[in-house]
Amino acid sequence: MAAKRMSLRDKYNRMTRDLAWDFSYQDPKKIFEQADFEGIKIEDWDKWEDPFRLTMDAYWKYQGEKERKLYAIIDAFAQNNGQLNITDARYVNAIKLFLTGVSPLEYMAHRGFAMIGRQLPGVGPQVACQMQSLDELRHVQTQIHTISHYNKYFNGFQDFRHMHDRVWYLSVPKSFFDDAASAGPFEFITAISFSFEYVLTNLLFMPFMSGAAYNGDMATVTFGFSAQSDEARHMTLGLEVVKFMLEQHPDNLPIVQRWIDKWFWRGYRLLTLVGMMMDYMLPKRVMSWKEAWEMYFEQNGGALFNDLARYGIRMPKYWEQTVAEKGLISHAAWGTFYNYCHAAPFHTWIPEKDELDWLSEKYPDTFDKFFRPRYEHWAEQEKQGKRFYNPSLPMLCTTCQIPMVFPEASDPTLTSYRSSVHNGERYHFCSDGCKDIFDHEPEKYVQSWLPVHQIFQGNCGGATVPDVLDWYHLRDGIDNREYLASPDRANWERWKAGEEEAAELPKAAAG
Amino acid sequence: MSNNHVYIALQNNEEARAIIEAIERDNPNASVNHFPAMVKIDGDGRIEVRRKTVEELIGRDWDPQEIHLHLVSISGNVDEDEDVFAVQRNN
Amino acid sequence: MPVKAIRENYAFEPKDVEKNFHGNRIVYVGWDHHLMFCAPVAFPLPPDMPFGALVEQVIPGAFGMHPDFPQIQWNAVQWRLDGEPFTPDMQKSLDANGVRHKSVVRMFTPGLNGIGGSGS
Repeated sequence: MAAKRMSLRDKYNRMTRDLAWDFSYQDPKKIFEQADFEGIKIEDWDKWEDPFRLTMDAYWKYQGEKERKLYAIIDAFAQNNGQLNITDARYVNAIKLFLTGVSPLEYMAHRGFAMIGRQLPGVGPQVACQMQSLDELRHVQTQIHTISHYNKYFNGFQDFRHMHDRVWYLSVPKSFFDDAASAGPFEFITAISFSFEYVLTNLLFMPFMSGAAYNGDMATVTFGFSAQSDEARHMTLGLEVVKFMLEQHPDNLPIVQRWIDKWFWRGYRLLTLVGMMMDYMLPKRVMSWKEAWEMYFEQNGGALFNDLARYGIRMPKYWEQTVAEKGLISHAAWGTFYNYCHAAPFHTWIPEKDELDWLSEKYPDTFDKFFRPRYEHWAEQEKQGKRFYNPSLPMLCTTCQIPMVFPEASDPTLTSYRSSVHNGERYHFCSDGCKDIFDHEPEKYVQSWLPVHQIFQGNCGGATVPDVLDWYHLRDGIDNREYLASPDRANWERWKAGEEEAAELPKAAAG
Repeated sequence: MSNNHVYIALQNNEEARAIIEAIERDNPNASVNHFPAMVKIDGDGRIEVRRKTVEELIGRDWDPQEIHLHLVSISGNVDEDEDVFAVQRNN
Repeated sequence: MPVKAIRENYAFEPKDVEKNFHGNRIVYVGWDHHLMFCAPVAFPLPPDMPFGALVEQVIPGAFGMHPDFPQIQWNAVQWRLDGEPFTPDMQKSLDANGVRHKSVVRMFTPGLNGIGGSGS
């Protein structure tokens, strides 16, 4: 006779809490050494409950199924030369940005959740962190596998891991995650699971994956959605851990609120790269950054923070600033990479006429007034053989490490400058949000590894641009610079003209 | 201003289409919005997926945890048991 | 506020103190209303460099390709140093002008509003 089926709740209890044990001869404080120093007070870890009630046996079953689906599609993509079905080779640069900027963060997330799964004393979050750590490892692996197909045909993919530790713009995502991973376990989980995954990650994956689908990139859609199917669980972990901390002790509220303020702002600044991708790097666009911010932050974020208001949590500090500058930041970012793509492993270009018109339509208050003349001037210069590259190195924000490219929302023709003096040293910031983060923990950010300063200190291979590019492992004239003059474009035009049989497509190389 | 917005986003695939249909049936006020490769269902306060309705539509047993295979994203607090997967606001 | 850390006395020497720049100091230069240059730019400069040399030898290499650049009337430029209006002495050194390590020098060029008046 078949045994009566256990309820989901019973099964969850059996497979998580019942697997834990009490410590009889060791001091729990020594076992969980990092549990207290941040000031978070937990009275009763047994109050923790995972709303998904996912147990390890079910986890393996569903993850295995996801993997099978994913690899079937990746094989089909490769066998059918799927890289030729994308809308335009310019699109591939969005994938380069993803591989260099995002995939290494997935690996850091794998490590981070392994670390905090060890440090959090409750068995519920331990199991959830274990699953997430495995998820993140799966994400980075599937991304590398998928994108390796593009590496056969396009330039700039070949040394992404090396570049992540060295290339100037990659210090932005790298320092973001290093900041979280070098905090305590509660700050880490608030930073990554709540502020980033719950509040902001929809703006990373949903537009990226919808954009990939719209631009014929089935491979990226597939790894993206496969990863994203784990994301709902991660987001729920983030929300539950925040609610749990707030329910456990009133002293936790100011600490949690400050972390939400900090990590909302850090995550938002990081998403500038996504905004630029949406508005400039997709030949067929899904929605503008501005529309995405309205849909995913203003509408959903508003509902979320309404929901948390009963714990005393308010909207993240400076959220109004994000709304005030939503018509500015993606353009400022693309202009930045247009200035400096001689030092980045992907190409930039001036949008075509219909694309400029789309931007004018989506950004009626800002694009024609502040940005379109800049692009038209650059396009004209390019035609005359004087493609603009900024010959100097930029001033960087000490906190987010993005060049100081953000304009004042009140006057978008002026740079937003903020600064602090700490122990007689001067530090600069792009915004009040970044300044506040520094001012709260200056001892941490005085150690910022700012790429421009590192070059000037002689730590990046030499004093000239070619020296630094060598140190980046970036092949000048192949991986970088203007798209119109790139080997990627020359190859693409040749392939699309049908000069070669698909089966004989050459490897990525100089044209 | 009261904002109780919740959503469930699902991949646009064969099995998810049945889930979407079940949601439409059981949540008459939810609105279904199509994006490339993805369907986002918006609601006010609560959206639920009922096991029974999905089973009727696909003609086999269905465990609400199978929704993990097709989920893209959610907004709201998750409430899940053997019969229902729901996202909701708690205020 | 001090960092909450697992070790006592969490304090480090800043990574970018002046002595790490081999005799130079970092000076940032920004040109207001000319955001075609996406951010202010950074230079490692000797503190005894005359301010006039910054204007004549450094700034043209950074901003000279802008169509507004040849039209700058240098005696009309309004300068700011670390946010405050200031009048540089072109003969004197950066240091004597009060330009410290990681100071920001901003120039506002009256009548020049960037490409097509867009602040670019």
